Amino acid sequence: MTETPFTGGIVGESRPRREDPALLTGEAKFIDDLQIPGALWLACVRSPHAHARITAIDASAALGIDGVVAVYCGDDLADAWEAPLPCAWPVTDDMKNPAHYPVAQGKANYAGDIVAVVVAESRYAAADGLEGVVVDYEPLDAVVTIEDAESDRVVIHEDCGTNVSYEWPLVPDPDAVEAAFADAAHHVTETFVHQRLIPTAMEPRGVAAVPAPHNGNMTLYSSTQIPHILKVMAAITLGLPEQKIRVIAPSVGGGFGCKLNVYAEEVICMALAQRHGVPVRWTEGRTEASGSTIQGRAQRQTIELAADADGKLTAVRATLLADMGAYLQLVAPGVPLLGAFLYHGLYDVPVYSFTCKSVFTNLTPTDAYRGAGRPEATYAIERAMDALAVAVGVGPDEIRSRNFIPTEKFPYDSPAGLVFDSGNYQPTLDRAKELVDWDGRRAEQVDRRAAGSTTHLGIGISSYVEMCGLAPSRTLAALNYGAGGWESATVRILPTCKVQVVTGVTPHGQGHETCWSMIVADQLGIDPDDVEVLHSDTAISPLGMDTYGSRSLAVGGTAIWMATEQVIEKARAIAAHMLEANADDLEFAGGNFTVKGSPDKEVPLAGVAFGAFTAHDLPEGIQPNLQAQVTFDPSNFVFPFGTHIAVVEVDEATGAVELLDYAAVDDCGNQINPLIVEGQLHGGIVQGVAQALWEDASYDADGQCRAANLADYLVPSAAECIDMKLDYTVTPSPSNPMGVKGIGEAGTIASTPAVMNAVVDALRPMGITDITMPASPMTVRRAIEVATGGAS
Amino acid sequence: MIPAAVDYVRADSAEAAIAALAEAGDEAKLLAGGQSLVPLMRLRLATPSVLVDIGRLDGLSGISIEGDTVGIGALTTHSTLEHSADLAAACPLLAHVAGQVGDPAVRHRGTLGGSLAHADPASDLPAAVLALGGTLVVAGPGGSREIAATDFFTGFLESALGADELLTEVRVPVSTGGWCYQKFNRRAQDWAIVGVAVAEGGAGVALVNMGSTPMRAAGVEAAVAGGASAVDAAAVAADGTEPPTDNNADGDYRAHLSRVLTERALTAAGA
Ligand SMILES: Cc1cc2nc3c(=O)[nH]c(=O)nc-3n(C[C@H](O)[C@H](O)[C@H](O)COP(=O)(O)OP(=O)(O)OC[C@H]3O[C@@H](n4cnc5c(N)ncnc54)[C@H](O)[C@@H]3O)c2cc1C
Repeated sequence: MTETPFTGGIVGESRPRREDPALLTGEAKFIDDLQIPGALWLACVRSPHAHARITAIDASAALGIDGVVAVYCGDDLADAWEAPLPCAWPVTDDMKNPAHYPVAQGKANYAGDIVAVVVAESRYAAADGLEGVVVDYEPLDAVVTIEDAESDRVVIHEDCGTNVSYEWPLVPDPDAVEAAFADAAHHVTETFVHQRLIPTAMEPRGVAAVPAPHNGNMTLYSSTQIPHILKVMAAITLGLPEQKIRVIAPSVGGGFGCKLNVYAEEVICMALAQRHGVPVRWTEGRTEASGSTIQGRAQRQTIELAADADGKLTAVRATLLADMGAYLQLVAPGVPLLGAFLYHGLYDVPVYSFTCKSVFTNLTPTDAYRGAGRPEATYAIERAMDALAVAVGVGPDEIRSRNFIPTEKFPYDSPAGLVFDSGNYQPTLDRAKELVDWDGRRAEQVDRRAAGSTTHLGIGISSYVEMCGLAPSRTLAALNYGAGGWESATVRILPTCKVQVVTGVTPHGQGHETCWSMIVADQLGIDPDDVEVLHSDTAISPLGMDTYGSRSLAVGGTAIWMATEQVIEKARAIAAHMLEANADDLEFAGGNFTVKGSPDKEVPLAGVAFGAFTAHDLPEGIQPNLQAQVTFDPSNFVFPFGTHIAVVEVDEATGAVELLDYAAVDDCGNQINPLIVEGQLHGGIVQGVAQALWEDASYDADGQCRAANLADYLVPSAAECIDMKLDYTVTPSPSNPMGVKGIGEAGTIASTPAVMNAVVDALRPMGITDITMPASPMTVRRAIEVATGGAS
Repeated sequence: MIPAAVDYVRADSAEAAIAALAEAGDEAKLLAGGQSLVPLMRLRLATPSVLVDIGRLDGLSGISIEGDTVGIGALTTHSTLEHSADLAAACPLLAHVAGQVGDPAVRHRGTLGGSLAHADPASDLPAAVLALGGTLVVAGPGGSREIAATDFFTGFLESALGADELLTEVRVPVSTGGWCYQKFNRRAQDWAIVGVAVAEGGAGVALVNMGSTPMRAAGVEAAVAGGASAVDAAAVAADGTEPPTDNNADGDYRAHLSRVLTERALTAAGA
């Protein structure tokens, strides 16, 4: 195992985010704050039907409204597209991928599908214009459930001939699977449903395309997580020369994966900016977002466990049915694959089987949402482990301890074909139990039950491991992904010894500026405030693969660390020349080069930096200036892990679930800034608890979203949160020099099953073994009524 | 989220507001705190042609206690009610319920008059005023009149207010007997899935979100008056109601909740 390479005393400190003052005072500009003179506003006419033929569009009334400049329907813009909107992850060679054009042509395939756009002189005029576009629809039967989709009762994309987009198996040894289940002493089968979720970034999306008609440049401002990928994809979709496109992500108010996409509105604004020769912009409305921005989860999973008489797992078999929505968005087909390798969780299982089938429905497209695939996998195995514990007759803690991958087996060759980098699982369970007073709570639970209390206590464990730090490019190639997973960094020491770091990752709330400046300052022995971090603009940071999949630190941070090391090496050569010493004899600490054994012979980094700038006397073969650019392609994913425990109380009379206590013990290897880790966990945990208890993008039988605004879609607020007890173990990753692992998604991955295991634990004496998410009061109460024979 | 075009008039007196309403006819809407009206306008579910802003009108806000009666100006904010020590002493139910509305931002803008005039069956304050047996004072072109709270709510988002009338004051009796408000929701800032307000040990009981209007639970009140236990009185809480169905609850579950919450409220209020 690597130890920490940091000696500067900065990395490892809890430092407040340097981003916050500008964000909190409004100095930082989000997309809708941008003043863009002469911009036209776009508004989108969206299909109110989930599935309908467009028979006629009459825009004459809209064109009569003061300020409306133009209205375009799908056919009007057909020649604007060189290619349909991209799906970059054709997971199988025969995957069905229907052409997805930014403005629908002929047929609308979900409520929210754009059927026409209004361009107007103001946002108000554009909104008024929407009411003046009369669209005649011939409604068709809508496919709303994945089961209905799978049946092909109605085939949504006629040219595909089926609603099944792809089937993807990962069954290394089918015979071994059969044998393991045939021989199993215990065979547990559980089916779980992951409801659709709306990612709900605090800032909705927004776009502004600013053309320069004479020199052919196009600047796209977008509230996106992926300016770099967007630049490439926009060039391909629009057939524009890539070198003329500049993409800028201004301050971005959250993403959670929903801004990891190439959206219709982005390329529509670009196409219309080109056509009109003036800027065109669009800001998403919150209600609009339910039909314009991707949604998450939406899977049905069946998991089977085979175990011996002691509850030791002998095989895991998972089958998944995943809802892609109406079209394949950027990485949607790959989302199930990001979980495909982890349905055995952090348990040592010799035999593994995973298969996934993904289908189209007439609903908003899905794609990556915080955790993407791993929350689903973790949910399945962690819920099933509780069921196995019951079958074996041991506690949920004991069943986990019996099955954890033993520490001595790392690096661990997983049955799904991964190599888990490092792990030490039992201590996280032990510590989490301590934090919630496991024994005390168990005793209280027994007492309450004995006393006939109608407020039932439930305690739920979720131990997890996840794979993140996306990703080794070769592995992505093996999974048919259309791009690599490297990351780029430039570290540049300026003449006055201030530092610019250019990163290809794209922060949208994570605090990268704070963390990256800490890493570089620690390495260079300078003040973090002397390090500026530049990002999110393809003209300033031309190379990058952006931010998602908890990759920014493990991949992007590593590139920065390596670039800084290279800069130090170059500085060392110059310092040696200045000190007339051998470079090997120099020590670098506290921002000074000294000669070993002759402490009076020293030169500060500032002196070297200025010397490198003047270039008056550089050693032979050394170029002026201190700068290094590194592109890092990781050799493996990183595998953070931990154990979360939730304590809930269920009010039998109302069905209300209250979270009483929550402990999380996580291991993300070495921590750069513990305060940032804590923040990622707080938000991540609440987001996962929200899936368990509150959030539900439910649709009615006609495919209308019944939770299209924040009154109906229950995103929790601070008032619903409790103080969480966080603690850590530290098991560095050997896969990168800093020994770090990602922590951006861990909270979301772990917390949903912890809460649901707790809810079921509370109700198990009534014979209840599952509650459909979210565990709303009505759902819980109904389950109680059914279990207890309808007493109310 | 972009409202339709609308004209705006600021009234500096009650008379001016009434005159502006009379002039604009049905298409005008009074604007108080805007916490119900503006969201509807942004969704284009309400498209008034004129807004008559009474938000800065003097003299219609404040709490006065005279004898057995608490008088509250229609423009008094939920926050003022929530934090008034006088109200907490004279009519703790109303002060408490005001503190249960939405979140602090909503409570700082939203007004008691607006909440009642909006006549939303899911709102908290109408139930409190019903349980307390309050009276509403309204002013129109022809002068002032009083409407009993029980007669005020006539349909879904409909009240006995005329199109050219202004609610000026709400009167409730001083009420320090046993009281309780049970608000059941899933997030702190949400409307009640079901709510139950109990005043004077069960003499007044009103229900939130159990039908198309805020309503009194007359059956429960009668049962309490007849000496029934909390459990028995609560058993009839849903009788005669037609509770709505939405994402959070269907009618049966609401009926069940109303009985559970009524029992809890009556018990807490000492019935
Ligand atoms: C996020 C949010 C959460 C909320 N949560 C809750 C909740 O939990 N419980 C709850 O009860 N309410 C809730 N509300 C609504 C809130 O209580 C409103 O303040 C109240 O319903 C309306 O008061 P207002 O002063 O804002 O009225 P406005 O919105 O200005 O007006 C509402 C209606 O009343 C009319 N009106 C206003 N004043 C008068 C008057 N003096 N005479 C005649 N007509 C008048 C207006 O013309 C309009 O039709 C919430 C609102 C929001 C935005």
